[in-house]
Amino acid sequence: MPTLETKSISKRFDSIKAVDNVSLSFEAGKITGLIGPNGSGKSTLINLLTGFVPYDAGMLVLGETTRLSRVRPYDIATYDITRTFQDVRLFEQMSVLDNVLVVLTERNVWSALFEKHKTYHLEKAKEVLERVGLWEKRNQLAVNLSYGQRKLLEIARAVAMDANIYFFDEPFAGLFPEMRKVVTSVLKELRNKGNTVILVEHNMDIIRELSDYCVVMDSGSLLAQGKPEVVLSRKDVIEAYLGE
Amino acid sequence: MEYFIHLGILVAIYAILALSLNLVIGYTGLLSVTQAAFYGIGAYATAILITSYDVNFFLSILIGMAATGLAAFIIGYVLSRFDGDYFALGSFGFNIIIFSIFMNWQELTRGPLGIPGIDRPSLFGFVFSDNTPFLVLAALLAVLAYFLCQFIVHSSFGRVLKAIREDEKAIQIFGYKTGYYKLVVFIVGAMVASVGGSLFASYITFIDPSSFHLNESIFVLAIIILGGLANNKGAVWGAAFLILLPEALRFVGFPTDIAAQMRQVVYGLILVLLMLYRPQGLMGEYKL
Repeated sequence: MPTLETKSISKRFDSIKAVDNVSLSFEAGKITGLIGPNGSGKSTLINLLTGFVPYDAGMLVLGETTRLSRVRPYDIATYDITRTFQDVRLFEQMSVLDNVLVVLTERNVWSALFEKHKTYHLEKAKEVLERVGLWEKRNQLAVNLSYGQRKLLEIARAVAMDANIYFFDEPFAGLFPEMRKVVTSVLKELRNKGNTVILVEHNMDIIRELSDYCVVMDSGSLLAQGKPEVVLSRKDVIEAYLGE
Repeated sequence: MEYFIHLGILVAIYAILALSLNLVIGYTGLLSVTQAAFYGIGAYATAILITSYDVNFFLSILIGMAATGLAAFIIGYVLSRFDGDYFALGSFGFNIIIFSIFMNWQELTRGPLGIPGIDRPSLFGFVFSDNTPFLVLAALLAVLAYFLCQFIVHSSFGRVLKAIREDEKAIQIFGYKTGYYKLVVFIVGAMVASVGGSLFASYITFIDPSSFHLNESIFVLAIIILGGLANNKGAVWGAAFLILLPEALRFVGFPTDIAAQMRQVVYGLILVLLMLYRPQGLMGEYKL
């Protein structure tokens, strides 16, 4: 049963078709690897599905009943969707702890001013920061973290949302092996909990290890989809991806 | 002594203005230069209510805050369509519009003639006619403004404001309608500035539009940049520094025929040097 479907989603930037008539479905309890060469439209697709960039045509379908012809960025949290970014976007001049706490607290102004669940939120923040090994750095400003730590903090922030659908845009890029292990276990844990995980990744070993399903994009269009071992051995995929 | 009390009152009034603007610029990252307009609305509300309707000063503060809040709602709603530099330009425009209203709505504000004869505050029969009790009142209101701002910035609401300042689009992804937050903090900042205006009107006992010119907004902006953005203590210290520094220069001993000009030059030079060697301000946590 798909939790998220796209129906003929399209986006043009001037004369360039960044995403062209893409229809896909993502299932719960699975990691879907989204791959393709640079500029193939992977990140743009994520931006469209999370309201970061409006799509020109098509529809987003959530579950059985919700059909969206337009997604605004502040809506996606209410649909239990969250994401990370290819270029890490943290709240730089805020502490590591505040970067997580800010996504946990109440959304309306009055409740935010007179917060009632401070202890619960602090415990939750501690849990996710310990999960990625950043609790000890909780009082540091995000801007002072190393690149890998910044990636981990962004992942912790997404995990803290307790969403159903997670988009991870190249979460392994630039990470040390120990950090890769942490991210791998976080993604597996999310899958085991029955969440829908969409993973953009260039490393094919990671895709083979983690993804249950694989989608290949090229020049804004769908090139192939299916089981990773089948898709990754297709000649057209290898040609598009490796330029061979 | 009377001179120092006078300076203390000015520091308290400007500290209130700086605290109010720090909420908007320092914590939320909205480069607003409309604060003098809100300061003016508070001042005119108090002046008109006291001189024409014999309303008590403390009630006039509340009415002034309500009027300023309404004006800030309208202005903030329009400005919510702008970002970054365009927001700053828009707020610049609104300061000029409000200044023009002070200047030209003569039936209400008496225009350039100003409003004289504004009574000093009174409470349960006690009139704050001497400057010493007025200083206590001004300091008390400044302390209240300080604790209100501290409460706001240390709440979860304040955390969201800082996230908006850092990356507005990223925080939206987590379910925050940021326009709503920006509007609320803009209104709260305006209402706090209005208290400073009420105090000013009652202290000087005369107001005219020249006190609420765009220059005043720039001066308050200079206070918070110098004191340190996103730090309420910095806003208070910045107010004290910029009010007291030109006064201190009176005692440097410049030749009398060029003293005034030299004070301006040295004052400007000190500000330039401070920004050169300490761009985050005296106690700043954030740079524009």
